[in-house]
Amino acid sequence: MNALYATLLLPLVGVFILAFAGHRRQAKTINLVLCTVTFATALLLALEVFRDGAILSTGKLLYVDGFNVYLILLNAFVGMTTAIFSGPYMEHEAAIGRVDAVRMRLYYSMYQGFLFTMLMALSTNNLGILWVSVEGATLATVLLVSLYRTHESIEAGWKYFIICGVGISQALFGTILVYFAAVKILPPGAEDGLLWTELHRHAADMDAGVLALAFVFLLVGYGTKVGLVPLHNWLPDAHSEGPTPMSAILSGLLLNIALYALVRFKMLVDPALGNHLAGNLMMGFGMLSFSVAGLLLHRQYDIKRMFSYSSIEHMGLMTFAFGIGGPLATFGGLLHMIVHSLTKSAIFITVGHASHIAGTQKMAQIRGLIKTQPFVGWGLMIGTVAIAGFPPFGVFTSEFLLFTATVKSYPWLAPPLVIGLAVAFTGLFRNLQPMVFGSPPADQQPVNANMWPVFIHLALVLWLGIAIPGVLAQWLNQATIMLAGRGVL
Amino acid sequence: MSGLLWAIIKTLCVILLAPLMAGWVKWLKCRLQNRRGAPPWQPYRDLLRLSRKNVVIAESASWIFRMAPYIVFSVTCLAVSTVPVVTVQLPVAALADVIALVGFLALGRFFLALAGMDVGTAFGGMGSSREVTISSLAEPALLMAFFTLAMNVSSTNLSTVIGELGRRDLTLYPSLIFAAMGLVLVAIAETGRIPIDNPSTHLELTMIHEAMILEYSGRHLLLMEWASMLKLTLFSLLIVNLIVPWGVALTLAPADLAFAALIVTGKLMLWGMMLAVSETIQAKMRLFRAPQYLGLAFILSMLGMMSHIVLEVR
Amino acid sequence: MLIASLSLPEQGVLTLAALILLSSFLLLAQVRLDSLINTFALQGALIFLATVFMAFISGKYHLLISAALTLFLKVFFIPGQLRLLVVRLNIRREVEVIGNPMLVMLFAAGLVLFSYYVALPIRELSLLSTRNTITISLAVVLIGMLMVISRRKAVAQVIGFMSMENGLFFAAVVSTHGMPMVVELGIAFDVLVAVILFGVFFFHIRTEIGSLDTDRLNHLTEVDR
Repeated sequence: MNALYATLLLPLVGVFILAFAGHRRQAKTINLVLCTVTFATALLLALEVFRDGAILSTGKLLYVDGFNVYLILLNAFVGMTTAIFSGPYMEHEAAIGRVDAVRMRLYYSMYQGFLFTMLMALSTNNLGILWVSVEGATLATVLLVSLYRTHESIEAGWKYFIICGVGISQALFGTILVYFAAVKILPPGAEDGLLWTELHRHAADMDAGVLALAFVFLLVGYGTKVGLVPLHNWLPDAHSEGPTPMSAILSGLLLNIALYALVRFKMLVDPALGNHLAGNLMMGFGMLSFSVAGLLLHRQYDIKRMFSYSSIEHMGLMTFAFGIGGPLATFGGLLHMIVHSLTKSAIFITVGHASHIAGTQKMAQIRGLIKTQPFVGWGLMIGTVAIAGFPPFGVFTSEFLLFTATVKSYPWLAPPLVIGLAVAFTGLFRNLQPMVFGSPPADQQPVNANMWPVFIHLALVLWLGIAIPGVLAQWLNQATIMLAGRGVL
Repeated sequence: MSGLLWAIIKTLCVILLAPLMAGWVKWLKCRLQNRRGAPPWQPYRDLLRLSRKNVVIAESASWIFRMAPYIVFSVTCLAVSTVPVVTVQLPVAALADVIALVGFLALGRFFLALAGMDVGTAFGGMGSSREVTISSLAEPALLMAFFTLAMNVSSTNLSTVIGELGRRDLTLYPSLIFAAMGLVLVAIAETGRIPIDNPSTHLELTMIHEAMILEYSGRHLLLMEWASMLKLTLFSLLIVNLIVPWGVALTLAPADLAFAALIVTGKLMLWGMMLAVSETIQAKMRLFRAPQYLGLAFILSMLGMMSHIVLEVR
Repeated sequence: MLIASLSLPEQGVLTLAALILLSSFLLLAQVRLDSLINTFALQGALIFLATVFMAFISGKYHLLISAALTLFLKVFFIPGQLRLLVVRLNIRREVEVIGNPMLVMLFAAGLVLFSYYVALPIRELSLLSTRNTITISLAVVLIGMLMVISRRKAVAQVIGFMSMENGLFFAAVVSTHGMPMVVELGIAFDVLVAVILFGVFFFHIRTEIGSLDTDRLNHLTEVDR
């Protein structure tokens, strides 16, 4: 219990500390220490949940079960490794004069703020607070996207703010509808009509018509944040214009949170509806995002934009997996959440170094990384191989599970799935090859890069591809049982 | 038979009193603008003067030009006959249909516009084109407002509408509030008042109604002028009796009728005051902004209908 | 349920709902920035009144706290903040050309009809006397969205955004007598932060592109230029 409170309080305290100390030289250390301690407490929390099962805080505001505990852990972990990367990266940015002291304070403070809102969104039991936190995550990052104050970054920030703000408002309407349906069946005067645990218990009694309507609004709302096509416009811009550590956690974590919210609501809606409407909707949007993003990968010129589209593609894939909804697909989707987060944040960290080496984000001008700085070149190569779904990486495992589930339940969707994966694969590799192996410009110099986070992430992904550790498999199985009714183990 | 007689007497009264209404508004306006102003009965003198004058007709005028004043005047009289003034209990009440009313007005406007173009002067054509533009925007708004009222009481019959509204307890009907606002805006546009048209000028490039009747003289002009005063009275009656339906007699008892006549006269005078004040405090808007003004009227009427459907049924 | 069978405060809520919808339409058509902000404040005031009415109808007096929050945020703070920004950015007299106002209006009317049909299942279920206003609240949300889409000036987009928030709040008030207090406070906090951030953004946009016309924010495209 205390571990949970500590996990939430540490980043919150960090917001205030770094708001005042963010411009000092020690800021990166403070940030890293805070993230590390948060990770440690998250680990304690995970052990607690593993030992005793789901925990509900007094006042029922916080709730941690098998489904969100591993996401909390993942969040804290990626937050920590990205903090390792962000220190030198931001020092470099400050050195070349792209950010001043005030913006450094803003950056570090909001880094913690972002982690706080995400952890809050994951651990809260109240669906209203969930919305407030997801909106809070937007607010925390919106100034970071426009941190460089260039025309492009301000445009990206504004787009992010407006599109996500408008989108997420639809989710609030959906939440109000769910509350409305809940008030009807819960005893009068109860203040817990938005508590997920209460709603889940009474899910089957709620009115189907209202919940179906609510789910459509929620899908549009949180779907905007997931980056589902056609509501994805903000995503490539926001991810490509902000500082790279932000891109890493936006892509690796924030998208997961929105999808998590959507899946939580699906768990409420399914018993009430008694049909597969929510799943079908998610499958449709997922498949659309997956295919469109795969095609758009081919048109990119900016390296961060390309990998943002890859994120849309993978989020589409996960949405599709949760849409299918059987144990196999759900397990695959949950696993994919982890491996995608780890791989994508590793890639963005590498891309950050690569763009420092080349001095640009334009792929046409990034050449011969492997000759200039072999670690960065190899990191980008392996990361891309992993995200494209090659064995023996974890992404392959989860995609394979998903593919098996698709063949079993919807065989006619298997060919588009395979074609989509192939299209995305070619889109990534046609750009990757010259960047890694091409001949470097004469004056290209290596930069001060810390590749440890990247290799730790990739090693974990490799591990997950070869053998999923028993603890994790157990958690995922628990979550699968909650989501799909039965497990795969 | 006596009912029919009553109806004819009522229509005649309105026709005869219409110039007084126009004079009243004009007099009030003069007073508000610190001018002495002609007395309210000045329009009668003007009409009398016109009746004595000879008619001058352009060489290029056709029979339409000569017929138009008679048609416009008689059609407006017919329109007036459909509006309940002091009582809803007339045998011709069955005729008092809002759609017929709008149809009569449209017929009159059609001939007015034709007459404007008939002679072939630049002013006439311009006036006609403006009149048609404005009324094509005003008419949907007017119909929408009427339909909102009609849906509210399930009838398009003016007598029924007024009777039913007058009988109800005091209830806040959002739809009626909107319909009333729309109706007022349309009425101002349709009767050629500020801010759409300026009734007190003959020599402005932006005039509408006056541009169309510029070529008329003598008794033709008399009929045209009278018809436009009638129209003002007609819309005033509609507004006062639909928005404030209380006071209109629900029976044919003489005491009720006398009382109703008093109330209706009071309401008309009050409406005239409001009109005069509003014309004093605002300027005529540019012609290009007229569509926006009428768009607002349309939106209001439409919102009225929507709020009836959304909020008031079931 | 016919409107005549309701009590006077309930009729008042319905009338206020209709006026709130009207204010949404006015926001959509308003071209001058200062009158736009005033109309927005008016909408906030109407929602405040409706919330107070609802508190007395339902006897749930915690709604009065939400009403006070609305009064502070939507009537005084946000419009005040926007007025201040508009003065400091010196764009008070700025007039925006709306592409095709009549078309936008008709589209908005279509949205009202759409929300009517969408909200039908909710109306069937509710026993509240004010259930019909759910349609209005959804329409206000959607019209706010239309405003964000159809306007080009950043300030107008923000007002559209905030009027969506108004619609959501109104929806919560009329359908469920407000959300739980902790959620209300959270949402109010989010709105507060959002307004401050929007203000910061106005200055950034202004310094970077020299105007608040978001049409000029068009550098980011799929193809390299």
